[in-house]
Amino acid sequence: MTDMPDTTLTGDPSHDAPGQHGDDAAGYYTPGSPLLDTKAPDGPIDQRWQTRKFEARLVNPANRRKLDIIIVGTGLAGGSAAATLGEAGYNVKSFCYQDSPRRAHSIAAQGGINAAKNYKEDGDSVHRLFYDTVKGGDYRSRESNVYRLAEVSTNIIDQCVAQGVPFAREYGGLLDNRSFGGVQVSRTFYARGQTGQQLLIGAYQAMERQVAAGTVEQFTRHEMLELIVVDGKARGIIARDLVTGEIETHLADVVVLATGGYGNVFFLSTNAMGSNVTASWRAHRKGAYMANPCYTQIHPTCIPVTGTHQSKLTLMSESLRNDGRIWVPKNKADCEKDPREIPEEARDYYLERIYPSFGNLVPRDIASRAAKNVCDEGRGVGPAVDGVRRGVYLDFSSAIERLGREGIEEKYDNLFDMYARITGENPYETPMRIYPAVHYVMGGLWVDYDLQSTIPGLFVTGEANFSDHGANRLGASALMQGLADGYFVLPHTIRDYLADGPFEKIDEDHPAVVEARKSVEDRVRHFLSTNGTRSVDSYHRELGNIMWEYCGMERSEDGLKKAIDLIRSLKDDFWRNVKVLGTAESLNQSLEKAGRVADFFELGELMCIDALNRRESCGGHFRSESQTEDGEALRHDDQFAYVAAWEFAGDEELPVLHKEDLVYTAIEMKQRSYK
Amino acid sequence: MRLTLKIWRQPNAETQGAMHTYEIDGVSDDMSFLEMLDVLNEDLIAKGEDPVAFDSDCREGICGACGLMINGQAHGPEVTTTCQLHMRSFKDGDEIVVEPWRADAFPVVKDLVVDRGAFDRIIQAGGYISVNTGSAPEAHSVPVPRDDAIRAFNVATCIGCGACVAACPNGSASLFMGAKITHLGELPQGQPERDSRVVGMVAQHDAEGFGGCTNIGECTAACPKEIPLDVISRLNWDLHAALRHGH
Repeated sequence: MTDMPDTTLTGDPSHDAPGQHGDDAAGYYTPGSPLLDTKAPDGPIDQRWQTRKFEARLVNPANRRKLDIIIVGTGLAGGSAAATLGEAGYNVKSFCYQDSPRRAHSIAAQGGINAAKNYKEDGDSVHRLFYDTVKGGDYRSRESNVYRLAEVSTNIIDQCVAQGVPFAREYGGLLDNRSFGGVQVSRTFYARGQTGQQLLIGAYQAMERQVAAGTVEQFTRHEMLELIVVDGKARGIIARDLVTGEIETHLADVVVLATGGYGNVFFLSTNAMGSNVTASWRAHRKGAYMANPCYTQIHPTCIPVTGTHQSKLTLMSESLRNDGRIWVPKNKADCEKDPREIPEEARDYYLERIYPSFGNLVPRDIASRAAKNVCDEGRGVGPAVDGVRRGVYLDFSSAIERLGREGIEEKYDNLFDMYARITGENPYETPMRIYPAVHYVMGGLWVDYDLQSTIPGLFVTGEANFSDHGANRLGASALMQGLADGYFVLPHTIRDYLADGPFEKIDEDHPAVVEARKSVEDRVRHFLSTNGTRSVDSYHRELGNIMWEYCGMERSEDGLKKAIDLIRSLKDDFWRNVKVLGTAESLNQSLEKAGRVADFFELGELMCIDALNRRESCGGHFRSESQTEDGEALRHDDQFAYVAAWEFAGDEELPVLHKEDLVYTAIEMKQRSYK
Repeated sequence: MRLTLKIWRQPNAETQGAMHTYEIDGVSDDMSFLEMLDVLNEDLIAKGEDPVAFDSDCREGICGACGLMINGQAHGPEVTTTCQLHMRSFKDGDEIVVEPWRADAFPVVKDLVVDRGAFDRIIQAGGYISVNTGSAPEAHSVPVPRDDAIRAFNVATCIGCGACVAACPNGSASLFMGAKITHLGELPQGQPERDSRVVGMVAQHDAEGFGGCTNIGECTAACPKEIPLDVISRLNWDLHAALRHGH
């Protein structure tokens, strides 16, 4: 299976020279000064992290007790950081919107976690994992960060095993590995199809141990609604107690956001219902730059939408494509028929037809776009939603003939069961139906090598930051990054910042605190007093449709400009016409959603502007204006080998674009081809 | 299909709740139970009535946030989580009674939302292996027999939803606790704290107001992850051993 292999070619100026098209996003942004990561040491790439760990100042154990750290989010990145910083002796306050830290959405990750242990002696190494990750990210990630990620990956496995994470093992009692996402080495550690769950439970238990020890204080059912910035430094948060509705002020010496990704801007995604961008977006509005917000990963093998009631999408492992054949009817007239009655000659195995060498194993982005194209042509299958059938068949009948039903059961039993439970159809008898869905975002708040944002004292970890995956993420690397950041990176880099603390004590009546509190209270009051006619969900669904249509798998200049107009007018309507019932002083799930959707509107607009600016196809980002004659993605290193970091300049101002040039010294940017 | 829903409505922990009846039409087989409630809530909002509060997050059966008593059964008639229960398990004209988890140790927060903080506190009392970040030995330094690893994994799949407690006539959390004791107790890494773990967790369990186990087995029948009843034997065995060792 090719996870994110050779999908793109470097630019051929004769075909589509971006210079000829001017600046697509002109009029939508203001050019800003270049941005530099000043924290990464120079020198050989394999020594930079050692150097930084040595140069980062230490905090005396006696002083740690005097330092307060706020960590928002309790997934792999937040839970592991809370545990580790608690063990080190800092005062940690941990926040999550769920009723328990153990429910953070890291728990839903299925596949596995990569680590360069080279237990299989198959040629893996830190350097190879580094290389694969940079290449998988289509040369849009920062070299020094990715190297460090590969370097600490091995420590993660040691730590998790010691915590009691029950990874799969071989008969000799040693850890098993599998190959994942098309890489040629076996470096993925796994716990059946529930690796995320087991790793999260490990981090959760480590964190609960610190709660018992008194170093971590846990605030469940609390949502961060504003960042407090005093004299240019992040000094706390405003949070709402979701049960009592109380607006609380929490002050600290440093704030860490580990709040995950924002895929729910598309309304339907594989994210949890509550996953949101609010913490990141509030920080963005206070000065933290948002980097590459348009980089979204869309996964080709999800269970299709069945109706307008649909609340979320469920991913199925793409290993299914190893044995399933993807097709749709050749004729639209056959789309309603029982697939078993459609004869072989009336089926279009379109991936095998268009990509004869890779067939059904083409990379994720190709498979996703091809599915969208055949459905847009009117050849999709399954129930029509809003007049369009969005689904294609994934057919195991020839695999069942070849391997027998038992052979298929052995490989895919749990996936087939899951499919049957959700759809009510038996995939052993009738072909599965699949469709792509938003799964992960590579974009996020900009951070330097220390994981510090452009606001001093605000650190960002895990999916919430942009740092390691470039324009696309390799399979089994999200879990690796979350735990790398929380267990092994942040605890070292944050001490350099905290060495200057404890910082001057702040009163709750400091103007910056009062302002932050008031803005939260005003928003709550606004939503509850609007008395409009439309529910929050109806707006969210409509926003999601716009994003999916114009900022999803394939983006174009015209489409993105249209989307920006649509989002702006829908946002205006939302602020005037949303209907939120109930009170501020109680559990009010509509009110919670209203705040999140308000921020998704602003994020969605910025994602479109970012996508508009990036007139190239790279990684998960496909611009229709930037493709080869064969329809392959076309990258433009000469124009776009940079991180696009966006600064918020005010509600009435255009966002400011700062570019951080990506310089590769350890890896050569290569032309890649999947043919 | 058209359904009659009888749903527990309770504004907050302090106020007495009551069952309310709602009619809902146009429910399709493909909806999950929670999507059916989403539709009801959109109707209620349109009418200006407070929507029904319920917990859910991942909606793919793994986070453990959701959980309703449906016609008196925890998570309803199928062996799965409420979010993975689909309306094809019901038929046109059905009356469905929807209540929150029923247990003293899980007080109602609002409507169908309960406070399961007691589970976190049980874990805090010993449900972990004490190993600080960075101090772990090389992962391969301690081999674990494959069967032990599989047994540990099978019970480590507990999602902490609380169905076992809700299903138990005694409101006991023994299955939840037994799953953690067994998970960590199957592994060599879990041995040093085996005695203190069980003693601490059981003491916290009792302090939270959960009831005792009388081997009824409703817990395992309701468990969406099919945690077997024998984890409670393991719990009792470990507790006995710990007490014998002088804890």
